[in-house]
Amino acid sequence: MAKQLAIYEEESGRIQDICNRLTADASARVVFLVDKAGQLLASAGQVQGLDMTSLGSLTAGNVVTMAGLAHLIGEAEFPNQYHEGSRESLYMSVVGGRVVLGLVFDNKTSLGLVRLRARKAVEELARVFEQLDQKAATAGPGPLADITDEDIDNLFNE
Amino acid sequence: MSFINHPSKEINCKVVYYGPGLCGKTTNLQYIFNKSSGETKGKLISLSTETDRTLFFDFLPLSVGEVRGMKTRFHLYTVPGQVFYDASRKLILRGVDGVVFVADSQLERMEANIESLENLRTNLAEHGYDLSRLPHVVQYNKRDLPNAVPVETLRQALNPGNVPDFEAVAPTGVGVFDTLKAAAKLVLTEIRKAG
Repeated sequence: MAKQLAIYEEESGRIQDICNRLTADASARVVFLVDKAGQLLASAGQVQGLDMTSLGSLTAGNVVTMAGLAHLIGEAEFPNQYHEGSRESLYMSVVGGRVVLGLVFDNKTSLGLVRLRARKAVEELARVFEQLDQKAATAGPGPLADITDEDIDNLFNE
Repeated sequence: MSFINHPSKEINCKVVYYGPGLCGKTTNLQYIFNKSSGETKGKLISLSTETDRTLFFDFLPLSVGEVRGMKTRFHLYTVPGQVFYDASRKLILRGVDGVVFVADSQLERMEANIESLENLRTNLAEHGYDLSRLPHVVQYNKRDLPNAVPVETLRQALNPGNVPDFEAVAPTGVGVFDTLKAAAKLVLTEIRKAG
């Protein structure tokens, strides 16, 4: 089975701080973070009314597709992507090869500013995920380590 | 890759429905979506062609309740079954926690089933996974059709590991939730083992 990604209180707080700060610094409408399997890890900004779960899944699908295209032309991946809409635009940046930072923004800001602020946030986030990797290597049992077969059965009998 | 969010007490897992073209992978997800209550399911996203063939994937987030205070959610994906979409299939397997192999029971689709299972093994191997060690179940779909092959024949060809398998008629829901529950249980059991 694939390696688990676990986020703890301390790192969760730091990730959220980085996303909140980036939202303000880049004047973005929404900032979000997903892993490459499409799981939403954090979000900030005006997320009301946005289907963040679907946004996460489709962002991951897009990033891995572009990585597939990159391979075909001899690149490892396209670490940054920009999709321009008539009102809203989307900027995506790969963090440490494993998660994706996304920004939704409109014409209240500029691509240059978004790119600049995102680059700084990507560096900070990469350090947080390195710390998470170190923590995972020494972590104790996970939250499901002591569940019973009955617990799992009950999940589906409710 | 399962994702455990300790502060918000959530576990998210990824299950992929795999199988040959037109075997009923999307129909499984549509049935689950239609029969799940509003608060447990997210939006069903289908990236399909104009003729409703899956182009990239279908996606359905589904909450199944709490286990020891952890909210448990499954992200269900299908792959495009048509042979020439192999690059897309490979991508969707990234970070997978469990697989449902949906087989088409019709005699004329036996070869396609076998080919798809072999393709699943190959594509998993490219991600460093081994099907025999990954939580997975098999569903023999389209059991209502007159040209359906006996289950024992399908089992011999498609379930050499003797994993849990189910007969199904996806449009009417026969076997759909049994298949999903079995896959979900195997995934959670594996997460427990991983500690």
